[in-house]
Amino acid sequence: MANSVAITGAAETTKIGKVPDVSELELHCDAAINAMNDAGLKPADIDGVCAVGEYAGLVTLNLGISPTWVDGTMVGGCSFFFMLRHAAAAIAAGYCKTVLITHGESGRSRVGSMNWNPEPYSLYGQFELSYGMMDPPAMFTVPFLRYMKDYGISEEKLAMVPVVQREWAAKNPRAFARDPITVDDVLNSRMIAWPFRKLMCCLVTDGGAAVILTSADRAKDGAEKPVYLLGSGEAVETPLIGQLSDLKSPRAFYTAARNAFSSSGISHDEVDHLMLYDAFAHTPVWGLEATGFVEPGEACDFFAERHTAPGGKLPTNTSGGGLSYTHTGMYGMFALQESIRQLRGTAPAQVEGAKVSVCHGVGNMFEAGATLVLSNECG
Amino acid sequence: MVDLERWIPVPTPETKHYWDGAKAGKLLLQRCDDCGNVYFPPRSFCCKCCSRDIEIFEASGRGILLSYIISHRDVPGYTAPYSIAIVELEEGPRMISNIVGCGQVPEALVLDMPVEVTFLRLSDEIYLPQFRPAGA
Repeated sequence: MANSVAITGAAETTKIGKVPDVSELELHCDAAINAMNDAGLKPADIDGVCAVGEYAGLVTLNLGISPTWVDGTMVGGCSFFFMLRHAAAAIAAGYCKTVLITHGESGRSRVGSMNWNPEPYSLYGQFELSYGMMDPPAMFTVPFLRYMKDYGISEEKLAMVPVVQREWAAKNPRAFARDPITVDDVLNSRMIAWPFRKLMCCLVTDGGAAVILTSADRAKDGAEKPVYLLGSGEAVETPLIGQLSDLKSPRAFYTAARNAFSSSGISHDEVDHLMLYDAFAHTPVWGLEATGFVEPGEACDFFAERHTAPGGKLPTNTSGGGLSYTHTGMYGMFALQESIRQLRGTAPAQVEGAKVSVCHGVGNMFEAGATLVLSNECG
Repeated sequence: MVDLERWIPVPTPETKHYWDGAKAGKLLLQRCDDCGNVYFPPRSFCCKCCSRDIEIFEASGRGILLSYIISHRDVPGYTAPYSIAIVELEEGPRMISNIVGCGQVPEALVLDMPVEVTFLRLSDEIYLPQFRPAGA
């Protein structure tokens, strides 16, 4: 299945950041139309649709598409990587030929947005939300003190992650937060959930993005340079934070990343560019270790020593990421867009000659991990 | 963000024994009679071997503080600062809880410190297991 599919269309919503005049469903559709224009396709050319947040059926209704294959796998912020992977299998199986995957979320303005409504009888509701664990800053952060203590990571060192990513955002005109920040700025920003300060938490924005996937053979006729899927992995562990088996290396993140590498045949020294989901300062710390670029406990040093920064040996989160570029809620689609831009050579902070990009996502806190290995060469 | 006055768990048939136990001041766990696995949260079968031959027993109520945050935002039922922790019970399972009965500051919340269960009344039926420093 490797090399059998390629991304031929990719685009974000026309507006991003604060978009109070567009509803969530229209963000999906705006991104979809931009992606179809990018690929030189019309709704009649699409026969597969994937969406979460809004139901795929509503997206297809609004766009006038009548798909013969749909997927709505909901695992939070990396759902798009799961769906892209499932779409690759569906195309290979002959279920459909051209798949549109959409994201739209009015995370900041909450215009026409789907609300999260956990039930008090769910396992979450009985055993976790009941302890004041009401939103991601009070959920995703809880296991990380164990990592910090066992590996001797200081708050100053953790603060380097957002500092370095802001340097990338400064190069990106569409980034939400572009002003330079220092370690002191991070540590002096408002305390949210000790040891996490506000500048260690992602943005809350509005926006959307979409991609179009087709077989590698058909992709050659597209309007844009194809981006090939060389390998991928997905894994699920636990949506309950207290039931995480390894606090220092969440299993879903690790398993997805390792399977993506092994299925791609790509070695780490062939990777030119990396995107690591960054809902918080520590999320890419886990991601860098899960993907195997460093050994357990080494990631914070790798960030602090500027290896991921502009000019570093492994350019990472080059859009500014969820911490500085944009974070609508399910951020993964924006990480994927930046991987595609880098491989097309159109990123605002372009990595010269980038041929292979790895995109690693997480979802519903520790529930899911998914990783894509992408290239502008079909391998 | 959940908009509620205070989050109160609602038991299901499979978890009712746990909340009945908490009301009686007991922290109840389950053990598989076939493979010996001790597990949480409650369910009617073993989560390792799927045996339905399981028993309910009272845990010691002792554990250690494995990890935590100190939330600095008020939510219904909680006034900041308050801790949200992962506690590892003596019997093996881990659970989310709050560490109470001590300052909600890093100096008082030391990783690996021993903790013991205490129960907070939320309603006539629901008492929430929380933990405090052992022997406090």
